[in-house]
Amino acid sequence: MSTDQTPGGSYAPALETPRSPYKRNKPTRTNWELYGWLFMRMSGLLLIVLVFGHLFVNLMTGEGIHQIDWSFVAGKWASPFWQTWDLLMLWLAQLHGTNGVRTVINDYAERDATRFWLKMALYVATVIVLVVGTLVIFTFDPCADPNSTLEICRAGSANVPSITN
Amino acid sequence: MATSLTPPGQGAPVGKSKTGRPAGTLYRGREGMWSWVMHRISGVLIFFFLFVHVLDTATVRVSPEVYNGVIGQYKNPVMGLGEAGLVGAVVFHALNGVRIILVDFWSGGTKHQRKLFWGVVGLWVVLMVPFLVRHLTNVFTH
Repeated sequence: MSTDQTPGGSYAPALETPRSPYKRNKPTRTNWELYGWLFMRMSGLLLIVLVFGHLFVNLMTGEGIHQIDWSFVAGKWASPFWQTWDLLMLWLAQLHGTNGVRTVINDYAERDATRFWLKMALYVATVIVLVVGTLVIFTFDPCADPNSTLEICRAGSANVPSITN
Repeated sequence: MATSLTPPGQGAPVGKSKTGRPAGTLYRGREGMWSWVMHRISGVLIFFFLFVHVLDTATVRVSPEVYNGVIGQYKNPVMGLGEAGLVGAVVFHALNGVRIILVDFWSGGTKHQRKLFWGVVGLWVVLMVPFLVRHLTNVFTH
């Protein structure tokens, strides 16, 4: 904003100092904050479905928290449906959370350097979570456990040459 | 400069109320402010849990034994209560998020924002009671 607040409380445009240096890079107006604001609302609505579904299937069905072990995860990620669900949830939740924490940092960290480094730490953490999370979902092998009773693992074992031959 | 720390209507107090506090502000100290405070706290809490949760889930790529060992740390009464608190924060953040969307996009949103807040609280109780019964039964009777 090129307005300064005068002691009287009214707003007046700031006067340029005579012979002030010519600014080659004029601040351009972008809509990034508008897109961020809209993203928070859109991703928020999707996350209600994704996170509530995630919590219900993992904590309310079967034995609840006690059913969660490696083979439970393998059973879910053997299906492209849950892979897609979890991938979408990972990206939307992490970006929603990053933008929210960015707002909190901007509000409370008053020194420029503090604000800069807190946001750098935030962005590094975000990249780590997104890269690690995405790699895990795409490279996970539900048949890594030799004792797996999953359908796809038994079907796959038919292609393995049998030792008894 | 207006930041999200400056709720609308807070800029210029219209007059003083009988209690000596500035009157004519939209948010200060009422449902609007407290829902905003709780939205921030629950959001930051969920953010840190998400970070831990993605990393603990990533151990499925190490081996079944390592993942089962890590996830086993969640299966005790102390963590069970923590999970209940976390789900409470998620449900509040979700419902209050819908309230924020209604305040932003629905023509009656600002007028009814206080009623919407109590709607959030009521719906939170309705969702949390069956969840807590089921989850805490799983946690404590296993």
